[in-house]
Amino acid sequence: MLLSLEPRGQQSRAMLWLSPMLAAVLTLASGSLLFMALGQDPLITLHTLLIDPVSDLYGVSELLVKATPILLCALGLAVAYRARIWNIGAEGQLLIGALAGSAVAVHVLEVQSRWALALVLAVGMLGGALWAGLTAWLRTRFNANEILTSIMLNYVALNLLLYGVHGPLKDPAGFNFPESAMFSDALRLPLLFEDGRAHAGAWFALLALVAVWVLLQRSFLGFQIKVLGLDGRAAASVGFREKRLVWLVLLLSGGLAGLAGVCEVTGPIGQLVPQVSPGYGYAAITVAFLGRLHPVGIVFASALMALLYLGGESAQMSLNLPQAITQLFQGMMLFFLLASDVLILYRPRLNLRWARRRAAVVTAGAA
Amino acid sequence: MDIDLLSNVFYAMVRTGTPLLLVALGELVCEKTGVLNLGQEGMMLFGAVVGFIAAYSTGNLWLGVLMAMLAGVLLSSLFALVALAFNANQVATGLALTIFGVGLSTFVGAAWVGKPLNGFEPIALPWLSELPVVGRMLFGQDLLVYLSFALFALVAWVLLKSRLGLIIQAVGENPDAASAMGLPVLRVRTLAVLLGGAMAGLAGSYLSLAYTPMWAENMSAGRGWIALALVVFASWRVARLLLGAYLFGLASILHLVAQGVGLNIPSNLLAMLPYVATIVVLVLLSRDGIRTRLYAPVSLGQPWQPGH
Repeated sequence: MLLSLEPRGQQSRAMLWLSPMLAAVLTLASGSLLFMALGQDPLITLHTLLIDPVSDLYGVSELLVKATPILLCALGLAVAYRARIWNIGAEGQLLIGALAGSAVAVHVLEVQSRWALALVLAVGMLGGALWAGLTAWLRTRFNANEILTSIMLNYVALNLLLYGVHGPLKDPAGFNFPESAMFSDALRLPLLFEDGRAHAGAWFALLALVAVWVLLQRSFLGFQIKVLGLDGRAAASVGFREKRLVWLVLLLSGGLAGLAGVCEVTGPIGQLVPQVSPGYGYAAITVAFLGRLHPVGIVFASALMALLYLGGESAQMSLNLPQAITQLFQGMMLFFLLASDVLILYRPRLNLRWARRRAAVVTAGAA
Repeated sequence: MDIDLLSNVFYAMVRTGTPLLLVALGELVCEKTGVLNLGQEGMMLFGAVVGFIAAYSTGNLWLGVLMAMLAGVLLSSLFALVALAFNANQVATGLALTIFGVGLSTFVGAAWVGKPLNGFEPIALPWLSELPVVGRMLFGQDLLVYLSFALFALVAWVLLKSRLGLIIQAVGENPDAASAMGLPVLRVRTLAVLLGGAMAGLAGSYLSLAYTPMWAENMSAGRGWIALALVVFASWRVARLLLGAYLFGLASILHLVAQGVGLNIPSNLLAMLPYVATIVVLVLLSRDGIRTRLYAPVSLGQPWQPGH
């Protein structure tokens, strides 16, 4: 073959970090090809997608609004994936967080204290954690595959949310729209800036970032999590308790996703609606991998993903392209990342001798 | 329950179970060779949208089916490239395939949402379809359902009775030994993945051309994932797959039955049933870890390269 792969024998540290960037570049390149095929000028489209949304201060604050839930979810997923617990359920955990928080919020609408908001946030976080706890219970008690159970729970959560907004949580004075009552000002997260919608949830994300960094990079617990992920048998043989770790990573990632959900309803949205999340929980999977399951990498990946969300909106408004561009780019990026990762362990080799021999055969055949 | 209602429930059960059966058959073969492809949902959706667009533009339903299968093959070849040739983690690659397929289908299908199409009509076989209770279920279906019966028989025969079935099993159980015997492990796996793609595409076209002849975002609603659970449910045995697919079909139409007999349960709660049923079934079957390990192909999900 012209191009062959040759094992490096060890991981290439440079490629470990270059490969996400290579993936981003490849995604943009194939995106440009796609835009050309659609008859759009690729440069203008990329500009609309990636530059326009953040060209003013309002755009930057919107970036923060979108990055907050993605970052919260992705940090939790990274911890779970480090332990090789494939939690695909961040979306459902986020929705349950929003639902549980709202269920409390509509009962304390009259309370003017900040404690009411704290209660709502705590319940939302707890809701997300318990929802992920279901997956942990099914996995540790019944040995049920966590990928499938967490995915199924996403669909269950979505239906529970829909039941909530169509049933018990529907605003009685809301003209029968499937929405809860608007939350009172005391129940809304404070804004970061006077303009825009950026809210205090960003501080929670920052806090979570530090906490996850300390957990993964500096604590014995984080070490146990990583050992479990690298080699379950080794972890068991040195006495790390697998079940406890499974519970821990799932409760943690569920809690963070639940917090993301409740921050959405108490922050930018201000009430419970059927479309709490445009797929943040799924986007977080891509983000976690793109950030190499490392807290710092995930910050950059979250910002990029948030930008893609904003870009999708602006591409729809000004170029009339489907908003699904965001998901399409998400998928492409994850694919390109996994494909580029081959270069971490293998070195591509241009096989010139093969090409020459091949050329000789072809010329001989022609003659 | 009167005979007519029962006959209708059975009929709808098979119709609803058919897409699950088609995807699960493809995934079963794939997993038998040791490859876990979590991209079923994405391939199914892409097949559904491509099949719909092709059928709508040309007016030819079978061309739609063909294009849907090609669409599935196309996506699965991406999986084969990254997971088999580049040795990437199969779980992550499958997830990527689903995310990509969902996005791609939504993107491609944006202009086609809600357009009407005359899909496959049921073709009742004379006399046979009038048998009580099972007549309509077995002989009053559309052509794609009959095709699914045939494909089931074919896959069952290949896996259980043919030399090819033994090759598939050898590759899945012990790729090193299979390779030492001179079997082309990677080629067998690649072909199985492509077959899985074709079956997922076919299942997608069943959704958009027969079951509900139209295109809607995310119209597969998790069926690709349920099919993955079905393979576990079936303990990788093909006959149980058929049973499982129809049981899940039944669970998905229970809300219609409930309405039929006048139960008043909110529809959103009933819509959870197939997903909850999937979890319950997974729990019942996985509880006994030894059994799962006994039946699962030994090399399932593990990357393999020749000469390692």
